Amino acid sequence: MTQDDLTITDPKMKAHGVDVFYGEKQAIKNVSIDVGTDLVTAFIGPSGCGKSTFLRSLNRMNDTVASARVTGQITLDGEDIYAPSMDVVQLRARVGMVFQKPNPFPKSIYDNVGYGPRIHGLAPNKADLDVIVERALVRAGLWDEVKDRLAESGTALSGGQQQRLCIARAIAVDPEVILMDEPCSALDPIATAKIEELIHELRGKYAIVIVTHNMQQAARVSQRTAFFHLGTLVEYGKTTDIFTNPKQERTKDYITGRYG
Amino acid sequence: MNRQTAPTDWKGSVMQSRIAKRYAAERRFKLFGLGAVLLSGAFLAFLLFVMVGNGARGFMYTHVAVPVDFKAMPLTIDTARLGDADADQVIANAGLADIVAFAADEALGADGSKLISENAWKEVRSAIKDDPELLNGKTVFELPAASEVDIAAKEGAKGVLGAKVDALEKDGKLSTGIHWPFFRNADATDPAVAGIWGALKGSVLTIFIAFLIAFPTGVLAALYLEEYAPKNRWTDLIEVSINNLAAVPSIIFGLLALAVFINWFGLCQASPLVGGLTLALMTMPVIVIASRNAIKSVPPSIRDAALGVGASPVQVVFHHVLPLALPGILTGTIIGMARALGETAPLLLVGMRAFIGDVPGGICSPSTVLPMQIFLWSDEVDRGFVEKTSAAIIVLLIVLLSMNAFAIYLRNKFEKRW
Repeated sequence: MTQDDLTITDPKMKAHGVDVFYGEKQAIKNVSIDVGTDLVTAFIGPSGCGKSTFLRSLNRMNDTVASARVTGQITLDGEDIYAPSMDVVQLRARVGMVFQKPNPFPKSIYDNVGYGPRIHGLAPNKADLDVIVERALVRAGLWDEVKDRLAESGTALSGGQQQRLCIARAIAVDPEVILMDEPCSALDPIATAKIEELIHELRGKYAIVIVTHNMQQAARVSQRTAFFHLGTLVEYGKTTDIFTNPKQERTKDYITGRYG
Repeated sequence: MNRQTAPTDWKGSVMQSRIAKRYAAERRFKLFGLGAVLLSGAFLAFLLFVMVGNGARGFMYTHVAVPVDFKAMPLTIDTARLGDADADQVIANAGLADIVAFAADEALGADGSKLISENAWKEVRSAIKDDPELLNGKTVFELPAASEVDIAAKEGAKGVLGAKVDALEKDGKLSTGIHWPFFRNADATDPAVAGIWGALKGSVLTIFIAFLIAFPTGVLAALYLEEYAPKNRWTDLIEVSINNLAAVPSIIFGLLALAVFINWFGLCQASPLVGGLTLALMTMPVIVIASRNAIKSVPPSIRDAALGVGASPVQVVFHHVLPLALPGILTGTIIGMARALGETAPLLLVGMRAFIGDVPGGICSPSTVLPMQIFLWSDEVDRGFVEKTSAAIIVLLIVLLSMNAFAIYLRNKFEKRW
């Protein structure tokens, strides 16, 4: 893979010395990481290691948790996302998110995908919105399956289709980064394979960060892997290096299945 | 584990009797449940049966045919003035009541005027207003009977009155028809003209005001508390206060309303406005509690999803949370409104128990409400009011049932979308 030979010269997002606290408890300790523009970055680590917490601080979803507090610096294209001048609503449009459990709105498939563009005023009229919805569904690999039933409820789809609908919903607002929080943990192997295929296709169009429990999945879909343990970033590097030649003892123990 | 003990005897008699007991317990439980359902069903059926049985007659009234000859007894008025606003007064001053009484004496024998309602001439008056030509000839009017005659005709009576009613019946002078004044008028001292419309309109206006105030306030308060308010000691205190308010006896709200709305703000007494405000105070905590529960039951994943595509908190609330919570909110609201509709105690204190002889014209005119009318009529000495009371109860129940039906319709309609 040629991608793996690149160093991250032009990071989309940079985190520097990030700490996340839930009340008194520190969930993330001094994490610094760069997210490449054209790369898929995987966060792996045992349950409760803080990888999801860190992911959610990249688009300030932690703001919804009253007790959560983030210190350190996270930038998007060099702009501090926790600066007062940053509009959090726009940030979340630029840094989209796909959640662990598929969570389509209980609305039609069309409205699910069209919701984001509509609230951000990306489509001045219905025809434009039609185009955006179709393009997002095509990119999410769902168009052929749903093009004849766009008016049906999004919740009537199968689990895998729902998750691709959620990806289409995130894509529709034309984000720069897509965060995926264990997007396949509620899906069967076939649906998982489709999502992984989709991640491959989306690489290069969006910077993708994926949290996963499944180490094979990280190895399959990502070019960069970060291993978290107990709230610290243990090791971060090229996926091939992490899996074949980990530098840290803890990383090695984890990927060989000693714990986690 | 002590493996020395004998293996469990799954087929033994002890086990069998345990199984039999278990089955018996299940049968017993089912029977009790079924019994409870049947008992409540029987209560409901009994209530409806008795009410409809008694009340249906209240919607009907006995009329007596009385020929009035305006040629023999002319009513001297200027027919041009019949279109005026004070036409009622003009006709009354011309002595129509005496003419009708005299005609009744003539047609029905001595004391014939006692057989028709003392307000019967008002029926003649409205007929004349509709058609002034009547003044030039002889017409047979179907006039409402006196209350005692109506009861005698419906239930049978003995003595002098019974004989008279039988005689009238034989002559074919009695007829029974729908009692239109009941649907048209407000309260009156004479059952022949007392009506429910005043109370019904008062109830509708009162509930409308209560809904207008309590629904938006309650829902907004619930949304704020659930979605925006920080969780701290103050919000805890507010929550406890709201729960306590919902449990406060309704008469206390009446006293509060009397002190605040009437004595302090000086709002119009005994009006649907003040009644509605009182009921709004009483209903709001119920709506807040129901709405908060409905909002809480919206899955957090939907909020995450909306925030994730960049919806602002207000958009999350109005595009997603509120529509999803609406069926629950509506159910709570309707339950609260239905309770308010049946409420009497707080309205006693704001003056709505007064005798109001006119249909309320607006939200500031004196008025009463359906349950209050029922209470007032049930207290009347005149026997004619007994069936009026039952009829009023039927009207109240119909209003309540249609409100609930509307709520169910709305709920199903909103639920289908998701």
